[in-house]
Amino acid sequence: MPMIQLMNIEKHFAGQTVVHPLSLTIREGEFLTLLGPSGCGKTTILRMIAGFEQPTVGEIFLDGKDVTELPANKRDLNLVFQHYALFPHMTVEQNIQFGLKMKKIDAAEQKERIGEAIRLTQLTPLAKRYPHQLSGGQQQRVAIARAIANKPRVLLLDEPLGALDLQLRKNLQAELKQLQRSLGITFVYVTHDQEEAMMMSDRIVIMNNGKIEQIGTPKEIYNRPQTLFAATFIGENNVFHEAERMFAIRPEKLKAVRDREQKAKRKGIIQDIVYLGNVHKLMVHLNDEQTTVSICLDFTDEDEWQIGQHIGVDWFDADEVNIGL
Amino acid sequence: MKQKTNPLLSIHAYLVMAFIYLPVLMILIFSFNNSRINSTWEGFTFKWYGSLFQNRNVMDALMNSLTIAFTSTVIATVLGTVAALALRNAVRKSKTVLGMLYLPIVVPDIIMGLSLLLLFSQFHFPLGKWTIIIAHVTFSISYVYVIVASRISGMGKQLEEAAQDLGASPWQTFRYITLPAIWPGVLAGAIMAFTLSIDDFMISFFVAGPDSTTLPIYIYGLVKRGISPEINALCTIMIIVSVGLILIAQWLQNKGNRGKKASTLPF
Repeated sequence: MPMIQLMNIEKHFAGQTVVHPLSLTIREGEFLTLLGPSGCGKTTILRMIAGFEQPTVGEIFLDGKDVTELPANKRDLNLVFQHYALFPHMTVEQNIQFGLKMKKIDAAEQKERIGEAIRLTQLTPLAKRYPHQLSGGQQQRVAIARAIANKPRVLLLDEPLGALDLQLRKNLQAELKQLQRSLGITFVYVTHDQEEAMMMSDRIVIMNNGKIEQIGTPKEIYNRPQTLFAATFIGENNVFHEAERMFAIRPEKLKAVRDREQKAKRKGIIQDIVYLGNVHKLMVHLNDEQTTVSICLDFTDEDEWQIGQHIGVDWFDADEVNIGL
Repeated sequence: MKQKTNPLLSIHAYLVMAFIYLPVLMILIFSFNNSRINSTWEGFTFKWYGSLFQNRNVMDALMNSLTIAFTSTVIATVLGTVAALALRNAVRKSKTVLGMLYLPIVVPDIIMGLSLLLLFSQFHFPLGKWTIIIAHVTFSISYVYVIVASRISGMGKQLEEAAQDLGASPWQTFRYITLPAIWPGVLAGAIMAFTLSIDDFMISFFVAGPDSTTLPIYIYGLVKRGISPEINALCTIMIIVSVGLILIAQWLQNKGNRGKKASTLPF
């Protein structure tokens, strides 16, 4: 069941095309991530779904209804803002209550929903505090509680963890994913952090320069990138050019072979060796191509490798992933 | 690390302070002087403050000043705040609009007064309290605008978007989110407008009528007959009230602006 449909939408700002014509279907109950570098148009798409921007061309459907002209306050979805946007003059509880009050939900149900949202986000001891008395992670939880109390059909999240430190971000990533599973709400998540996208999403939309590069599950995107951008933006990759075609091979699919065996597909010199604990990497400069490839060796590799050593670089044909330009 | 300062520099600083505050201090001291003549000190008294409040002319002028200040403050605060809200996006695009709103702050008072007088006589508008109120509103709007606009720009758009996202209509967003957020700025602007109105002499002098003598105009009239200790007492009260109001305005303006200090006024 499609929950959100973007039909040939396009967005211009002051004569500049920020989002090139694109169509996208977001399914009910899925965790979909819009992933791309800053300025790729991902936040603009999210804001168009939320109703803060109007597409220059095209239509947006929410649960089968055309909402293109509908203002933000009449759309049955909620946005978690990047910098939380908590109301500073209201307590945690009042912040969560705000949306329910605006929708004129009766007092008994308000109370029940506030209680549920506070419990789900583990905010019970902080209910009477003001936002400035909370840490960044706690403020983030309030922003999420405030959104889910409205029981929206869709929750939009605009880099919600961007301002938090790494450890906290990892914890909240797991919590958010848990929350999405237990609520069953459709999540549309915007981030520039590819690891975050890989960890949380059912599907990822990779964006670059206002265009969609690829849509797929994390596994599809990692194993079968379709474009050069998709191949290099997610994880580490080695790109080879051969006559008319271009293909990518992941570092863990490359094999280092000693020169004397003579049957490798490429030859090169080891430039550097990097130890990362569970794996180590050889950085190999290829003889015939002006490029350095990275070969990932797991802990079972016992060979002695030295910088400056001439080696062969080999792989299975099946591991070549053709990528377009 | 403690930096060594040239003692001459700190002496200079004290001299500047003395230069600024000595005249005010003189008025304050002589308002407690028992003598009718300003130049000699004959002991401490509160009697001038007493006789001031017995003086019907002073009380009339005070009532005029308060009525004018209150009315012009309410009008200027509403208009200035609405202008700041209406122009929040336009100003970012056009420096001209911004410049035009700042202009009354830098136009010399004497020109403001003269041009307003010309305007009123052109339309045969009878001079009186209302002409002073209109004149005060014209320059107060700029101050209210500047103070409220700085508050609005500090607030950003996110809070209002969050309110809309949670289902608030434009009016509900203004009522529950925007207004509480900018309220300290609105109040600070109002106090500023009130102080400016109470203190204004130049512009009021041009557009005042016979029945609308304000305190500053009354004081000016008294001075022509020689400075009495009563005037000193009156001035002292005005200084204390004005400074007090400005301090409250400044405190309001900074309150809630956590971290970033508002820089609309240079103190």
